[in-house]
This record gives sequence, structure tokens and C-alpha cells, in this order.
Amino acid sequence: MTNRRNTELGLMLLVVFITAGAYVLASLGADAQIPANVIPFLLIVLGLLIGAHVAVRKLAPNADPILLPMVALLNGLGYVVIAGLNEKLAAAQASWTAIGIIGFVATLWIVKRPRDLERYRYTFALLGIVLLLLPLVPGIGKSVGGSRIWVSLGPINFQPGEIAKVVLAIFFAAYLADQRELIATSQWKVGPFRLPDPKYLGPVLIAWGFTLVVMFYEKDLGSSLLFFTLLLVMVWVATQRTSFLVIGSGLFAGGAWFAWKSFDHVQLRVDIWLDPWKDPSGSGYQIIQGMFAMAFGGVTGTGLGLGGNVRIPAAENDFIFAVIAEELGLFGAALVIMAYMLIVGSGLRIASQAEHAFDKLLATGLSLLVGLQAFIILAGVLRVLPLTGVALPFISYGGSSLVVNYVLLALLLRISDQNVRKAQMPDAEAVAV
Amino acid sequence: MNRNITRLGMVMVVLFLILFAKLNWIQVVDKQNLDDNPLNTAQVRRDFNRPRGSISTIDGALLAQSVANPDSSSEFDRMRVYPEGDLFGHITGFFSFRFGSTGVERQYSSELSGSTFNQQVRGFSDLFVASENVGNVTLTVRKDVQQVARDSLGNRAGSVVALDPRTGEILAFWSDPSYDPNLISSLDKAVSETAWKTLNAAPGQPMRAHQYQDRYFPGSTFKVVTAGIGLESGLVTNTSPSYPFVNGYTPKNTDLAIKNFGGEICGGTLPEILKISCNSAFAEMGTETIGPVEMVAGVAKWGFNDAPPIDLPDPARSVFPTDVGNDPPKLAQSSIGQNDVQATPLEMALVAAGVANNGIIMKPHVLLEVRDSQGNVIDKYKPGSWLKPMSPLNASILREDMLGVVAGGTATGIQIPGYEVGGKTGTAQLGTTPPRSHTWMIGFAGPPGQPATVAIAVVVLDQPGRNEATGGVIAAPIARAVLQAALAAQAGR
Repeated sequence: MTNRRNTELGLMLLVVFITAGAYVLASLGADAQIPANVIPFLLIVLGLLIGAHVAVRKLAPNADPILLPMVALLNGLGYVVIAGLNEKLAAAQASWTAIGIIGFVATLWIVKRPRDLERYRYTFALLGIVLLLLPLVPGIGKSVGGSRIWVSLGPINFQPGEIAKVVLAIFFAAYLADQRELIATSQWKVGPFRLPDPKYLGPVLIAWGFTLVVMFYEKDLGSSLLFFTLLLVMVWVATQRTSFLVIGSGLFAGGAWFAWKSFDHVQLRVDIWLDPWKDPSGSGYQIIQGMFAMAFGGVTGTGLGLGGNVRIPAAENDFIFAVIAEELGLFGAALVIMAYMLIVGSGLRIASQAEHAFDKLLATGLSLLVGLQAFIILAGVLRVLPLTGVALPFISYGGSSLVVNYVLLALLLRISDQNVRKAQMPDAEAVAV
Repeated sequence: MNRNITRLGMVMVVLFLILFAKLNWIQVVDKQNLDDNPLNTAQVRRDFNRPRGSISTIDGALLAQSVANPDSSSEFDRMRVYPEGDLFGHITGFFSFRFGSTGVERQYSSELSGSTFNQQVRGFSDLFVASENVGNVTLTVRKDVQQVARDSLGNRAGSVVALDPRTGEILAFWSDPSYDPNLISSLDKAVSETAWKTLNAAPGQPMRAHQYQDRYFPGSTFKVVTAGIGLESGLVTNTSPSYPFVNGYTPKNTDLAIKNFGGEICGGTLPEILKISCNSAFAEMGTETIGPVEMVAGVAKWGFNDAPPIDLPDPARSVFPTDVGNDPPKLAQSSIGQNDVQATPLEMALVAAGVANNGIIMKPHVLLEVRDSQGNVIDKYKPGSWLKPMSPLNASILREDMLGVVAGGTATGIQIPGYEVGGKTGTAQLGTTPPRSHTWMIGFAGPPGQPATVAIAVVVLDQPGRNEATGGVIAAPIARAVLQAALAAQAGR
């Protein structure tokens, strides 16, 4: 399958040049100068991306050739935009990219078969719960911007919730792969309804409910939404019973209504979503400035490095898409949306090609994590849904999210690699006969 | 499971398509609305944070420049400063994040920010050079002359406009009250908004450039226009008609006479009546010698009922009534610069300039040239004529007559030894009790036997008294001082 790898190499080189070109353009736009460090920059980008490519060539030679270049492109674009907003953050983001790629390679190297993960499902469940609780531990947890999702251990700050997302997705996949037949066929009659027996869903429901409560308590609404949908969809895919979706949606509606009734911060988010113009310089400020920025970009954008005409709070993080839409216009922003569609599509194709239920469910869950997270934040920025701050995968500034998403990518590629290897095996045997 | 995975894929596609649709709505359909929203400061902010060239006078005074904002936590990288404060406020205008821009800052905004087509093309070849592609604007105004204008007007409300009649270059452009653009252009919201409020509420509207945005009764200075129209029509010459010696002129359709100052008796030919500013004679000249049709057509040739093509925003029109066909009393009053005649100080300076420049009024302008950051001239104002109200011959006649007014008439106060100086005084009564007037002086000066090099208009507003001599007493010293300063500056150039 060197063909796939050569495709990937070609795409990676293209990404290197696009990123370096964008970097130069952004610098020209900002101060009409070609950056002095363009050669080292080019070499570092080249080194990192080609390093990742070589690792895939060695460790997962049959893996999908689209995913890594696509992710590298988003990462590179994110870097260029962040560099335009804040040089210091860009330097940090570059280090995080390096760490993310190391994590990517390490994951490919350690996880030789996806099923290795399946064995440690309860370890993962426990790990996920511990990670979720960490920010609540006095002394190391801290509140930033109203959300208590940070942990500070010495010099290292990170968001354990980001790691928990992948860890719990592994647990859900492993558990559901095991129990899906039982869950699907069990009957629990409640009046005229035939529901699945809750006892088979127990561990999952517990982990899930726990997650929701904790994230809600930490005021991380976006992550709560992400988790809720993730498990619901995974159960639906595993059991193929649509009733779960209906029940789940009912639960969601009820839960959302309850949250809206009981919590001021939820109510505020909804109010801003419905009418940001009520308080344009206060609560509605961020979303309105975001829309101004996107509108200012128009179809073709202001050009890289020529954005920043609108000051958006959290521009390098939650609202980075608004800056991209300003600088690259409708064309560039649509490309970003398309990139996510491609990533989710490739991920789901890997899922459907997988043989083993665990691989299928894990690939589905991981693809969904990227796709849903992107959707949740983009929908928030575009005022399609109430804004719930989550990072835009691979683009937003933020180490935890970036590194975890690279690990997630490695797992997807690992599954993809195994699919092809298995598919080839019967052929090999046939030739031998 | 694959069926559900496929369905999931389709749902995700639909979700992303919804995002794409909304993106189109914001960036294309609703773009104009969002761009035009008063809360949207993207456009101004872009201009504000872009490098911007400096504004200087021709004699090297720096009027405006962008400097690094010392407050690094601010959202702005640069701030605009005006080292000369209020001395050139009406010319430079302000460049404010909150209130937009005025003056040269607005008129030459593209040049200053380097965004004219010409500059963009040049900037393209400079891509690899570390230079800011901005335009530095040099103005025709002189700080030395401007300072004299300000000092001699003192703290009285009024305007001084001095220009070169040969080119239309404005040399001094002062009016009181003025304002300091630094405060309005401040990045500090409170400072900027307080200054805006204070200045808008202040008496005399300091932010208006009275020199060319406000108009006043021109009084007797308008007689130059009436005389010019008379000469050009061929109905008036230096020798005829000779107007009767009377103490007032009573037009048809009224019993109210237009009285001469102090009820004195005057009359005679053009040089004589101009010298002593004889109301009865000029009223009769406009009403009967010239007549309404020629008067209305004539004033248009002098720039009335129009705004001068000055390269500054929002110049005011000067006005002369057009409904005088069947209204001899109104025409009579208008012919001596009363009734509904109103002129900007700039317009009256242009009247004097037209007489001095062989009957050609040049386009008034403040821009001399635009230079790039290396000092190369990339754009230059090309002088051109605006109006031709008189033939050179008639202009020379009127010029001689105005020299006579200075040599031995009401404007002797602006005589400058060694130079040929012409002028005309004016006192526009405001009809108040006790009597108050706008006092005027228009004129020109130059080396003997050569075309005049400076034309001037001075108005001092709302002064006590109504004597025709008032203009000569109050406005003349100012005009003389500014003419002298301008002539000295030109000689040293």
C-alpha cells in the first residue's frame, strides 16, 4: 500500500507549502514584510509533518491517506491565524503542535492493535472519571472565564476534560461492543412502551450521567452537549434501535428545559442566542463582534494578516472561525467546513469498513467527537445554536485539545490500517493456495 | 451497524450544510446590514490601525502624524497626534475612531493611508523593502503666516483667508474659535466623548471651519463684485456713468431710501465711488445700470450661488438672491452686499484674487504634494482655473480702482511701503441695538508693476459700531499684518 502513503506524502508537502505560503502572506499583510524566520519556519513545519508522515509509513502503512494531511492543514491554518492575533500564543501553539505530533507517533507506536484498548475498558472508565473530577480538586483545579475545567500541576496547565472525551469514548465503544446484543434484544415493558432493560446499560449510564453532572457543575455546557450526543449516537449505532434516539431526544429536551429553568448561566446563553442585540456592548458583545468580523470578510475576505479589524473576545480560541471567515472570506470559511466534513466522512468510512464491533464503534465515536465538537462551536459562532464554548478541533489555540485530537487521529488511523490489513489477508491466503 | 453509520454520516452532512447556509447569510446576504450597523467599527478600526502618513506645512511645520500608542494594552497600535494643536485644527480636521474624520484627514485619507491606485501599484514593487507604503501630505499653508493671522485677530471671532491669486494656493486659513483635534482624536473614550460634547455645545461652534463653511453678510466688500459685473457688461467704465451726488438712493416700489453712511452726500464715477464706498451709487449701479438679469448672471461668474472647488470637505455656498427681477428694493440692497447676500470669507478672498489675477479665479487648494516615505513626490496638486468673471482689461481697471481705495480711500490702513496694495473695506450692519457689524477687509498685494502674489479676506465678527470706517479700523491692521507676513515669506522662498 505504498500508493496510499505516496498520496499522503504528496498531500503533506502541499500542506507544508500552503502553510508556509499563508504564513508569509499573513506577515506581508500585517507589516508588509516577509518574515525573517521564514526558512526555519518552513523547515520546522516540514520536519514535523514529514515526521508524522514517516511514522504512519512505518507504523500504519495501510492507513487512510487523507486524514493526516487534512488535519495538518487545519492545524497550519490555525497557527497562521493565531500568529496574526498574538505572537506569544503562536509560539506556544507551535510547541503544542510538536507535542501533539509526538503524541500521535507515540499512540501509533504503543497501540499496535485497537483491541489492545478494548481490554482496559474499566481502567479507561475510571481514568475518565478521575480526569473529569480533577478540576474540582481544591488546590490544583482552577476557574477560568467562569468554567472550572482547568488543572494546574506545577508549570503545566491542561484541561483534563479534553482527555476524558477520548478515554470515555473508548470505554463506551468497548462496553457497547460487548453488550450490544443484550441491550438490543432486552425488553422492559413500561405501560405500552417496550424499552431496553436499563440493567444492561447500567455502567454506561452511570459513567454518562456522572459525566454530565460533573461537566454541568464545571459549567462546561459545550462538553455536556458533546457527551450526551456522543453516547446517544453510539448506543443507537451499536443497537440499531431507533427507540433509543427517540428516548434520548426526549431526555435531552427535558434536561435542556430543566437546565434552562434552573441555571442562570444557561438562561443567559439562550437569551443571547435569541437576541444578542438586547445588550450589544455587554452579554451580546462577543457574538455580535463575531458576526461583524465575518460580514466584514465578505466573500473573499480581507486577506491573511489583514483581519483583526473587529476585536472579538476569545478570538484565538472559541471564535477563531470568525477570524478565519474575516481574513479568508466565504471561500476560506467554506473550505474549513468542508475539511471537517471530509474528516468526519473519512472517519465514518473507516468505521463502516471495520470488522470488529469495537473498532466500528470506536471509529464512529472518535469521528463524531471531532465532527460534533466542530459543529457545536461553529453553530455557536454562527448563531445557529446557543454559544457553548468548546475548542474548534485542530484550529483553536489550546494545548490539551490539540494534543488529544492528534491522539484521536492516531487511533482512527490505527483502525484504518487494521481494516486494510485484514481485508488483504484472505487474498494473500488465496494466492498461497 | 453500517446502515446507522451511513445515516449518521448523512446527518453530519446536513448539519454542516446548515452551517454553510448560515455562513452565506452572514457573509453575503446580510453583509451590508452588518457593515452599516452603527455599532460596527471594523472599517474605521482598519483605517485607524493602518499606517498613516503625516501632514506638514510647506514651511516644515508638522501638523499631524501617527505615533505608536504608548499604551500597549490598548486595542490600537497607533494614535494620531497634532503637534500644533488648534492652530491648524480647521485645516487638518480630526481623525477619530469614534467620530470619523474631517478636513485634510478626510479629503486626503486615501493618500495618507497609501491606498490610492497609484500608491498601491508603487507599493507592489516595494514588497520586499521594509517601508510603510503611506503618503506624507505637504500643504500650501505656512505656519509663519498662519501664526500672524491668529495673533493679529487675537481673541475676536472671525476669519482670515490668505491665498496666492496666481495658483489658488492657500497660505493662511485661520478662524476663531478653533479647536484642538488632539482631544477628539484621543483613543481614550471618555476624553474623546467629553471633547466632542464640549465642543458641540461651545459658543461659536469651534469645530466648524468658519473660513469656508460659514457665510456672512459681505457688506461693502461686495461692491467689488457689483463693479466687476458693471465693467464686464460694458455699461460701466471708469468715466461713466457718473452717479448723482446724493445722501441716499430710493429704488422703485419703495419709499425707503438706501442711505449713505452718516447721511453724507456722495457720487461720481467708479473710481470715486469705490474709494469712499458710496452706497447710493452702487445701489443704483446694480439696480438700474446693470439690472436684475445681468446681476444674477454676473454673480454666478464670481462664484456666488455655488461652493468653491476647494480640496476640503463640505465647503459652503455663497449666496445672492435670484428673485430680484421684480424687486428693485431687494436688488438695490443686495448690490451693496446687504439683504440676502451672504459670502464665506474664502469666497471674498477669491473675489479679490480674481481681480488681482487678470480676471481669473484659480481653484483654491491646500494640497501642495504627496510624498512617499522615502520623500519622493508621488502626487502634486495641479493648479487650474475655476472661474473667469472678467476680461484681463476690465480686471486691470478694477485692480487700479482697488489700488486707489488703499492709496486714498477707506482702506488706507493696509498700505505696505514698497508694495502695490489694493483693497476694499466692508461693514455689514447686523441691525442690532446698540449697532454691531461684521467688519471686513479684502485685498491683494504684490511687488510694484507685477501681478499680485497674495490675496486676502479678513472678517471680524460682531463688532460694535456701524460706520463704514469700522472695517478700515478693525479689519485693516489684521489684513495688513498677514499680507506683510505672506509677502515676506514669499520673498524669502
